[in-house]
Amino acid sequence: MTATDTAGTDPLQAGFDATIGHGDRIEPRDWMPEGYRRTLVRQVAQHAHSEIIGMQPEGSWIGRAPSLRRKAILLAKVQDEAGHGLYLYSACETLGVSRGELTEKLISGAQKYSSIFNYPTLTYADVGTIGWLVDGAAICNQVPLCRTSFGPYGRAMIRICKEESFHQRQGYELLMTMMRGTDEQRAMVQESVNRFWWPALMMFGPPDDESPNSAQSMAWGIKRNSNDDLRQRFVDMSVPQAQALGVTFPDPELRWNPERGHHDFGQPDWDEFMQVVKGNGPCNTQRIAHRRKAHEDGAWVREAATAYAAKQAAMATAGGAA
Amino acid sequence: MTDHVEPASHPAPDPSDAHGSVYDGLLGGDPSHWAFGTDFEDPLAGVDTTIPEGVDARDLATYCLMLADDALIASQRLSQWTSRAPDLEEDIALANIALDLLGQARLLLARAAAADPTLVPALPEGSPVPPEDALAFFRESGEFRNVRLVETDNGDFAVTIVKLLVLATARLALLERLASSSDHVLAAVAAKGVKELTYHRDYAGRWFLTLARGTEESRRRLEAALAVVWPLQAELFATHEVERRVAAAGVGVDPATTADDVAVVLAQVFAVSGVEQPTQAALAGVQGRQGRDGLHTEALSLLLAEMQVVARAHPMGRW
Repeated sequence: MTATDTAGTDPLQAGFDATIGHGDRIEPRDWMPEGYRRTLVRQVAQHAHSEIIGMQPEGSWIGRAPSLRRKAILLAKVQDEAGHGLYLYSACETLGVSRGELTEKLISGAQKYSSIFNYPTLTYADVGTIGWLVDGAAICNQVPLCRTSFGPYGRAMIRICKEESFHQRQGYELLMTMMRGTDEQRAMVQESVNRFWWPALMMFGPPDDESPNSAQSMAWGIKRNSNDDLRQRFVDMSVPQAQALGVTFPDPELRWNPERGHHDFGQPDWDEFMQVVKGNGPCNTQRIAHRRKAHEDGAWVREAATAYAAKQAAMATAGGAA
Repeated sequence: MTDHVEPASHPAPDPSDAHGSVYDGLLGGDPSHWAFGTDFEDPLAGVDTTIPEGVDARDLATYCLMLADDALIASQRLSQWTSRAPDLEEDIALANIALDLLGQARLLLARAAAADPTLVPALPEGSPVPPEDALAFFRESGEFRNVRLVETDNGDFAVTIVKLLVLATARLALLERLASSSDHVLAAVAAKGVKELTYHRDYAGRWFLTLARGTEESRRRLEAALAVVWPLQAELFATHEVERRVAAAGVGVDPATTADDVAVVLAQVFAVSGVEQPTQAALAGVQGRQGRDGLHTEALSLLLAEMQVVARAHPMGRW
């Protein structure tokens, strides 16, 4: 049931395999294969980076939120994303990699984040659409991860999913409210949905037959559902929500298939997806430059805090010895 | 539903019968998961909103605007740190403080509008924009009553910390006294705000000390920040005519009466930090007019241009 070839010869490996086989959780002090650790660091770090980079596209609208109530909602939401980043970096630290190292890997481009955040936010409706579709797609991806095999990651995901579901509700509620507003607002919502629908579908990753890391991750219990299964689930959930909202999705192939019991739908532009993944998306450079600047501008503050803490510790030691 | 959005072209099954598990959390109504100030209820529900005797309604409303605008503009500035703070913990803390101040501003703007509706900018007939938003988004810069301290640029983290220390210390001293206002709304807002500002002051004070005692670079920046901010602090304690009248009526607080207490607190922070008391003179007004009179720095209209742009484009919009 695992793809490792040492199973059965090594008691540590055998114990690990048994834990996974029973659907139990691996904890930080348990032995784990190096490949499992490496895959987890990659996935959890990518998830943490996505939360942190994801603060930018919506954060840029906090200053322009058109009502004080919406400003409070958006500020709190972006703050939650910083909190999610913190939990996930902490989960990663249990695997022996520090937040500082991970941040360096993010701003050097060595580690990735979700490509959706390389698309621009152009109107206030995008705040709602990101909540509804982007957070909705994220929830579809993340709910199964609450049962992921690595304990700290699974526990972080439970909390994150609860908060994400409120973000999704807030986003949908914003769009609902705008649809009850003026013609200009309704047009703004439809235009935003048109722009984000395909990138949201891309969030589930490439089709299963082109997803290089999926099989091993599923065997290890790190990943729980295939990309295409989750994408189908998301489409099936989103269609009735769009109808309730009064918007359409920009896919002429989208229709209910009674034989399959699912919606048929078209394929996103996977060439565009690959361009964005490779760094040529509309905002890749901007997002990393923003993060790099914040990190570099804040270096003197972090150094001051470290120096002050060291001085305090030295004084406490001197006081204790006296 | 609308005349320009196409009807949905793809029929679908009943959304309630399948695939709903992921969205279950969206259907619940647990308000504890919502951020403060994001509820749908009247924020002043249950509080006696009659105007106390002996105070002019326009004075009360104007006084509320002064308190509201300090909080609103400070919040707008602090929220600009979001995704830009020195570390994630600071990003979260500054957003918290911005949210607290935004919450205070909303209650105070609502109180201003209730006390004197003629102060609320007129919007087209039938506009759904609530009074708090009409006041925030449809006033011109000359109608804002905040002190100039809160509108100036964030600068580096040291400037932000020094500004926050001065603002939080002064506002805490003010709200402690305002909690006994004969206006029940102001008293309630003040009592709530005291708890928040105690944290804000503590946060800023701890960082002030850390920067002062951290590295040579942080100390250099902190001292430079003090020199930038200090000329702006005196305005917090200058008594405006409206403040004098509402204080006399037992509704407001004369800020000059808080100056000594604030100076003691700040002197203590400076002493612990080993920083000399700054001596820069107060920033002059223009023909005697300052922020409370609607006379601002060049920074305010730029700040408002960003803050108001979407709301003003949609005076009939629903958000």
